[in-house]
Amino acid sequence: MAKYLLLKHYRGAPAPANDVPMDRWAPQEVTDHIRFMQDLADRLQASGEFVDAQALAPTGTFVRFDGDGRPPVTDGPFAETKDLIAGWMAIDVDSEERALQVAAELSSAPGAGGRPLHEWIELRPFLEAPPTITE
Amino acid sequence: MDELDADALRRLIPLVLGVLVHRGAEFAAAEDAVQEALVEAVDVWPGDPPREPRAWLTTVAWRRYLDGHRSETARRRREDRSHAQTVPLTDAAPVPADDTLWLYFLCAHPGLSPSSAVALTLRALGGLTTRQIADAYLVPEATMAQRISRAKRTVSGVRLDQPGDVTTVLRVLYLVFNEGYSGDVDLAAEAIRLARQLATVVDHPEVAGLLALMLLHHARRPARTDAAGQLVPLAEQDRSRWDTGLIAEGVEILQAALARDRLGEYQAQAAIAALHADAPSTGETDWVQIVEWFDELLRLADTPVARLNRAVAVGEADGPRAGLAALNDVPCTVPRWTAVAAHLHESAGETTVAARLYAEASAAATNAAERDHLLRQAARLNATG
Repeated sequence: MAKYLLLKHYRGAPAPANDVPMDRWAPQEVTDHIRFMQDLADRLQASGEFVDAQALAPTGTFVRFDGDGRPPVTDGPFAETKDLIAGWMAIDVDSEERALQVAAELSSAPGAGGRPLHEWIELRPFLEAPPTITE
Repeated sequence: MDELDADALRRLIPLVLGVLVHRGAEFAAAEDAVQEALVEAVDVWPGDPPREPRAWLTTVAWRRYLDGHRSETARRRREDRSHAQTVPLTDAAPVPADDTLWLYFLCAHPGLSPSSAVALTLRALGGLTTRQIADAYLVPEATMAQRISRAKRTVSGVRLDQPGDVTTVLRVLYLVFNEGYSGDVDLAAEAIRLARQLATVVDHPEVAGLLALMLLHHARRPARTDAAGQLVPLAEQDRSRWDTGLIAEGVEILQAALARDRLGEYQAQAAIAALHADAPSTGETDWVQIVEWFDELLRLADTPVARLNRAVAVGEADGPRAGLAALNDVPCTVPRWTAVAAHLHESAGETTVAARLYAEASAAATNAAERDHLLRQAARLNATG
């Protein structure tokens, strides 16, 4: 019963094995890819392991509070950064092994040519509330 | 239907469900039938309160269950009806202990994953709604609904013709207790309620041991975090905030269990918790006796976590060097190993090493409160050193 976040990256993660930009996939391949993701989410919901899944737009801005009355500091959308998150899926599973299994499945989503993307998925455990027993 | 009535109704669920399952009803169908009977009770009872709520619910649930089997032959249905009529249904009659007990065994079935066993227990024995369980686990209601219905399918073919293993049941209740989340439902309190209920139907010193252990831990909960939600370690806890009523009850239950001379791991853990609860301060704690209880515990259940906690106790009883020596017997992959090492090195006066280990431990912490606590420890040592 631990939650994990599965992060898909626009950039920052190593290139997938089947590395063809999505805008050069066939339309059906795009459809199949999205269908795969939805099917996986449905199956995880059916197994009682799904928590949340969201896609993020590839645009974003870094913001920092820089004192009252000053505009938020930003050096533009990710001008210097390497990493950009594309979306996430959150799951609630019994073991790390199961989390790895789900992440591997997510990574096998079909891409160009209908072949698996072999996309790198970042797997991050959630910090949880402290257990009752610590002493 | 006001809150009090809803709560009373909730307590009837395992009793009614147990009767149906005992009569041979298939679990998932029986559970559905009980839920339907509850819906009917909410409709009917305000205008026409039953004289014997449990009997009323059992009768209606059994009828609903039979209705669900109309597709079966008429002969089979008549047999079921006639069987139902032979069972006396009054509140005066004691509930057959086995009915509820079997539900505990069913919900702790080895075929279920731990999270499914917990969810099914909260549903079938706790009578919680799917929404309440989902809230407690911070997952969507649809996800929890699926988790529960899968669990029900897993146990639906299970025949309850022989007693299960009570230690499996205790493990599931301890899992419920150990969940830190509390939304609408306080899972620790719920686990204690279920353990109390279990203690009324099964006479086993380890059931008492677990109940005592949970009461003793629960008694310290108000002091475990401060007003800002920060973790307060045992040594710094305001002991006046411990619930002395729960401690007294836990100690009494434990002593009665120990007197039966069938020691088990929960009794040993409860004995350790009782020694902590008994001490006016960390320094005045009977650490020597705690180490002895840890040795008993390791004989019963040798786990890396128990060894780690033993090393902490040895550090208090015999000094940090002895504690570090004991820590050497514990694999450093055990969660909180680095935090314990940091604490022992600090006690030994090695602040630089301790600060580095606290920082390392904070990076490995699995919950935010613990991470922040360890970071503060590192910062404290770095500021003074």
